[in-house]
Order: sequence, then C-alpha cells, then structure tokens
Amino acid sequence: MFPACKYTLQARRCLCSLAALQRAHSPSLFCATRWSSSSSTTPRITSHYTVYPREKDPRWEGVDMERFVDEADVVVVGAGPAGLSAAIRLKQLASEQGKELRVCVVEKASQIGAHTLSGACIEPSALQELFPDWKERGAPLHTPVTEDRFGILTEKYRIPVPILPGLPMNNHGNYIVRLGHLVSWLAEQAEELEVELYPGYAAAEVLFHEDGSVKGIATNDVGISKDGSPKDTFERGMELHAKVTVFGEGCHGHLAKQLYKHFNLRQHCEPQTYAIGLKEVWVIDEKKWRPGRVEHTVGWPLDRHSYGGSFLYHLNEGEPLVALGFVVGLDYQNPYMNPFSEFQRWKHHPTVLPTLEGGKRIAYGARALNEGGFQSLPKLTFPGGLLVGCSPGFMNVPKIKGTHSAMKSGMMAAETIFSKLTNENLQSETEGLCVPEYEENLKNSWVWKELYSVRNIRPSCHGLFGVYGGMVYTGIFYWILRGKEPWTLKHKGLDSDQLKPAKDCTPIEYPKPDGKISFDLLSSVALSGTNHEHDQPPHLTLKNDSIPVNNNLAIYDGPEQRFCPAGVYEYVPVETGDGMRLQINAQNCVHCKTCDIKDPSQNINWVVPEGGGGPAYNGM
Amino acid sequence: MAGRVLVGVKRVIDYAVKIRVKPDKTGVVTDGVKHSMNPFCEIAVEEAVRLREKKLMKEVIAVSCGPQQCQETIRTALAMGADRGIHVEVSGKDYENLGPLQVSKIMAALAKKEEASLVIVGKQAIDGDCNQTGQMTAALLDWPQGTFASEVSVDGDGLKVEREIDGGLESVRIKMPAVVTADLRLNEPRYATLPNIMKAKKKKIASVKPADLGVELTSRLEILAVEDPPQRQSGVKVESVQDLVTKLRDSGTL
Repeated sequence: MFPACKYTLQARRCLCSLAALQRAHSPSLFCATRWSSSSSTTPRITSHYTVYPREKDPRWEGVDMERFVDEADVVVVGAGPAGLSAAIRLKQLASEQGKELRVCVVEKASQIGAHTLSGACIEPSALQELFPDWKERGAPLHTPVTEDRFGILTEKYRIPVPILPGLPMNNHGNYIVRLGHLVSWLAEQAEELEVELYPGYAAAEVLFHEDGSVKGIATNDVGISKDGSPKDTFERGMELHAKVTVFGEGCHGHLAKQLYKHFNLRQHCEPQTYAIGLKEVWVIDEKKWRPGRVEHTVGWPLDRHSYGGSFLYHLNEGEPLVALGFVVGLDYQNPYMNPFSEFQRWKHHPTVLPTLEGGKRIAYGARALNEGGFQSLPKLTFPGGLLVGCSPGFMNVPKIKGTHSAMKSGMMAAETIFSKLTNENLQSETEGLCVPEYEENLKNSWVWKELYSVRNIRPSCHGLFGVYGGMVYTGIFYWILRGKEPWTLKHKGLDSDQLKPAKDCTPIEYPKPDGKISFDLLSSVALSGTNHEHDQPPHLTLKNDSIPVNNNLAIYDGPEQRFCPAGVYEYVPVETGDGMRLQINAQNCVHCKTCDIKDPSQNINWVVPEGGGGPAYNGM
Repeated sequence: MAGRVLVGVKRVIDYAVKIRVKPDKTGVVTDGVKHSMNPFCEIAVEEAVRLREKKLMKEVIAVSCGPQQCQETIRTALAMGADRGIHVEVSGKDYENLGPLQVSKIMAALAKKEEASLVIVGKQAIDGDCNQTGQMTAALLDWPQGTFASEVSVDGDGLKVEREIDGGLESVRIKMPAVVTADLRLNEPRYATLPNIMKAKKKKIASVKPADLGVELTSRLEILAVEDPPQRQSGVKVESVQDLVTKLRDSGTL
C-alpha cells in the first residue's frame, strides 16, 4: 500500500489505522439517511415525509398524489410587511398602467397578522412611499415617539446614556406600533387592490421547472396522522405556478433555507447571525403610563459578552398598554442560558418593576430576528424568484428596526418584477423569470447605504469589552464618522457553533417566577394562543433521531430545552430502564425558528406544519 | 326523497385563544382576536355534505348570522362542500344581544322560505355554551328533533338518530322535516383545501336582513356584567386527620 521505505514506523501505523477507519465507515455513508435515523435504543421521534419519503413508504401505496394546479403572474410567500408591500406595489403599478396582473399571497397563519411579532418602533419612510396618504387611510400608527431613553443596567442601578441626534437608536419622527395590526391593515389595503390573499395555507414545497428555475410553490398536504400515515381526510396541497415567486418568509424561513442550498446563494457572504426576541404586552396602571415613551436597556441580566437588551414602549391607543421585551443574541456560549428566564428576571429590576406593578399581562410571544446585517446578505435573486424582507435580512441592528427596509425591499421587488413582466421584448433564458435588476436597484437605494453604514457595530461587540466596546465603537465610527471607515469587521461564524460544552460552563440559577411580574413558561405559551392540529407529524423534524440524546444532551446538556420559548423540547426519562429521551411537544411551537438556528448539531429542521396552526397573536 | 339541508354555522373566537374580559366588563375582547368556525358547526357542515354526496339530499345551504366577517365562515362552509350561502346581516348592538331565541327565529323563517327538509346545527357554540338554538328552532317549526346526534341515517321517509345521552346512547326515529344537532362523535370534518376555497369564491352568498324574514331581534335578556372567574386559591396539605378536623372547624365548614 505505502512504500515502506518512505515512512517511519509510527507514520505507517497511523496511515494504516486511518485506512481501516475509512473502510469501516464507508458502507454506512450510503444508507446514512435511513439506517442511522433511529438506533434500537432510541425511540422513533420523527415521522415527517421530508425525512421519510412517501415514495418508499408502503402505507402510501395507491394513494392519489396528484395536485390541483393553478397559475398566477406572481406568487408571494408570506403576508408580512415585505410580502404585502410587494403585492400591493405590484397591483398599484398594474392599475396605474392599465395592465392585468394576478398576484396571489399564501400565508401560514390562519389570519394575517397572527404570526407577526415585533417591538415595534418603526420608521414611516417606506410606508410613506407606499401610501403617501396612509394617515387618511387609517393606518394604525397612533403613537408618535415623544421620549427616547437608554440605560445600562447593573444588578440594582441604572446608568442613563444620552441619546444624541445622529445615534442609530434616536427615534425622532418614528412611531410605536403594534405590527400585527399594521400588517392586518396592509392586508385590507391589498384586498382592496384585488390581491388574492390566502391565509391558513402554508407554502410547503418549492417547485422547479425542468431547466432548474423556480416554477412556484405547493401548499401543505393535510390529513397526515402523527405516525406519518394517511388519514381518511388526507388531501394533497395545491400547486401555484408563477412567472416569479417572491419569498418573504421572515427571519430564517424554511423554504429560503432550501433555496440557499439549491442555488448556492450564500457563497460570497458570511453566515447569518441571529437573536431571539421575547415580547409581552401589559395593561398597566394609568399613573405609570407615559404614551410615546421608548426605553431601551443593555447590561443586567446579561454580561458584557452576551449581546442583548430590553425594550419597553408605551403605546397610545386608548388603554394604558406597554409592549416590552428582551432580545438575546443567539451567539451566546453558555448552554445553560435560558432567554425566557433572562426576560422574566429582567422585569424584576428596580427600574422596571414599578412600571409593571399592578398591571396585567395580556400577551406573550417570541421570534428570532436577524443580526447579520450587511455582511450576511446573500445573493437575492435566482431564476424564477427572489427574496425580500427579513428572509435575506435587511434589519438595521443598532437601530433595532427592520420593518422599513423590509417594506422597501418588497416594493423594489415589485417594481423590478413589474417592468420585467410588462416588457414586450422580454426574452428569458429560463422558464422562471430571473430578475437580477432587483438586487442592482437595491444596491443603489437607501436600504443598502443604511445597512453599510451600520455594518461594523454588531461585530464590534465581539471585542474584549463586549457590548460596551460596541457602544464606544458606535460613538466614534458611526456617530462621528457615519460608518465610512474602510474596513468591514467579520462575525464570529454560525450561531450554532458558538456553544461551549456544558462541562466548561457554570449553570445559571434563575429565580422562580412570582406569578405577578414574572411567569412560568407554560402559562406564557398559553397566552400566545398557539395550537396545532394534534394528529399530524411533528414539524420539528430531526435528521437523526439519536443525535439529541447522544450529542445535544451528552455534550451540551440539552440547550434546546432552555432556548425554546415555548417549551417544545423536553428531555424526559425513558419509560423502562435508564436514560433520557427527547420529547417534542410540537403543538406548543410558536414558529420562532430559534431551534433550527441554535441547535449545535444542526439536526433540527423546522418545516412548516399544516396551515392555520401556530400562534394567534393579536397586535404583537 | 332528496330535499334541502339548511346548516347553521357560527363564527366564534378560536378555542385555543386565551379570552380577555373587556375593561368595562360588558363582554370579552373580540377586536383582532383569531376567530374560526364553531367546531360543532364544522361537524354539522360535514354531515350535511356527506348526506348530499350520498345523494340523500340535493342541496346544502350554509347560514350564518352576524356582521360582515361572517362571510369568511360561510366561505369555509362553501369550501367544505356547501352549495350556496345565506348571510343574515346583524351588527352592532343587535349582534351583541343576538342569542339562541333570535337565531332560532331566523333559522325557522329561513327553513320555511327555502323549503328545507332538514336543519342541522352544532349542539352548542363554544362561546355561549347555550345548547338551545337547535331545540328552539324545532319548537318554532313544530318539527321533530334529534339532538346530540352521534350517528344519522335515513330510514324510509324519516331519520334514525343515535343520541348521546347521560346514560349512554339512545336511538330515535324521527319523521322529516326535522332538526338535528351535531355532537362531537358524529364525524371528522374534512379540511377546507385551497382549491376549494378558490372555487368557493365563485359560489353565491345571498345577504338578507332579519326584518326581511319578519324576525324581530329585541332581546329579553340584559347582560349586567362579564367578569373573570375568581382566582383559584391554592390548597393546603394537612399531616393528620386531627389537623383536618381543626382546619374544617376553623373555616366554619364543620
């Protein structure tokens, strides 16, 4: 095998054992997906057809898998700010220029706005462009910002930080909104323009033409039972074909994840980094209510190396409502970190508690958000489709705003698609239209400039002084130099690679919830109104059922039981014998996508459940 | 034998949503809250559509009483297989006071107008939990009723209904025209799939006002207040029987 004279005895032994290893492992590579999915000791968890294809499943023999097909000009996946802005702009242009255009929007929530969650303090710039008369039309922007406060918290005190004009988090001219209500209002405007809206139907599959371009999407099948077999009520989803498909699934969309791989869209950008945002809405004592006040804090309970902070906005919509929440960067290293518990204990800080005392919590929810900014923007267009909104990730992290840029991206997508569709001399190489002009136009717009100017602020928090180093960096390079420095700092890498093994970290002792200010997880999940049809395959699919116990639990002490804001993942003792198993309570899922992002084994693949399931947020 | 089936559907707050009482205690918050078709109404629609598919009935008409948003609920019924819909427009104060008596008067009037042979409704709505509309409708029409149905089959010129009662199951035979109220185990409703929703957009939904049917909506009930149920007090564990007796004496129970 190896010329004996060339290697020392040690080296030869090494090479021989390596070769032996290769031989031992190569047979299993061929059947990795089927055989290693569950060993004899691991109970079967996953039954979804994306892991166990139905073509090979005897229970599906003879079942009619044909799908109803319909054609539209443009299909939009996701009825959030970006998707709806794209649909509205398309119809506005169509009616201005007397053209007929069929625009269909599919949305997994049962009603539009039910899966929308954000702070939110928005810049009305994009809305102003879309509807210059938004005030007359009754857009729910009722609370202009009157007061901006920023503080650094220590365990007992608060150090105020002045918000000077020019700093990214200065909110002059902005509005505090309940984004779910704004999205419902956008949906009403879209319906008036004759956009076809289909809430309750999730896009489950991307369809491709023979030439590899995107043909459209297929909605989810219904009537599959928990073990993966067809029920009497089984019906195939339908196919919606389009010349261009706009993907606006929000942060870490599941179809976008497939598209990145398929078209290699992330070749030249850094991996996206994320944070999880948890939010509650409270009715507070009128005496504590300051409508229009925006408060942000950093510091306690997080240490300087964990990015994150809180927000507390006083709404002005009749009742004394506040929207408050906590954001934790998902690049945290300690697997014992529990973002939900950090949020609950932050509420007990002496400067936060008085606002909430005597109040009543009326809503809870959570969602992942993008932190990668400029460095993590992928290629946005591919044959047959393009990406808008938080899906590729246009959020301005230090400003904590992404709605305005998401809406603008949707509008630009619409404008470029429209000019392409109405171009009579159009010649396309592929059946699905390619719209590279969208990316070019975006690069020349204020969205790009804005993201470029703040690109170094988030990565500057990775230094020795953590978040405080980031604040100093912001002061010097953004406030004074407006982000024109010639270098671009890098992120740390994938969030899922950042966890340290549990044995190298100290468990965090969280205080027990008191039931008045802080609450336990399950009562919070109940407030989100989340529910799913019980008898369906769990939509939190595992590529390999034995990895959670063997890897996540063994090395990292099961971080998914701590970072999930809905209590979906639980490690419970097996019924007979020793050991633990992973229990997935898929019904609790609030569709935040944190598990798909932070799983250190990247074994969890979130796929869309039956449409209509998920949280029932009202004005979150 | 094929006749018309009239199915009543109600738009209610979704069963998984946490209810919040309005600060002025006049009711619960409904603005922006997720609504869906009452689960028992879904079962009623499914049963009506199955009867039509078996050619035992020739037409299924879905009816809902309420504001504009009820049209969505009727659309869902149409997507499940109903042939046409009737929206009885009731809004504002009238809608807040709409109760089983008013709805049953409307259903009775419609049943006569549409010459229905069968009226199927859910046994109760999950918001009111009244369990009265079906029964009152039958009384106003002077028709027989098969309530809490867990199985319905055509038997000659009548219906055989298996009823779920406290002691078990009861079998009744009722002549048509009749009123049936659907219980949980009657069937498993089909999904309203997207192609059917798209087709349902082309089906007709007629709008009528209660006055057109000669129904007067004034309610004889006045809601005084709506409040949260009292907070459940935590229990206390006692160590011995003596302790238990002392505690019961102290609380005045013994």
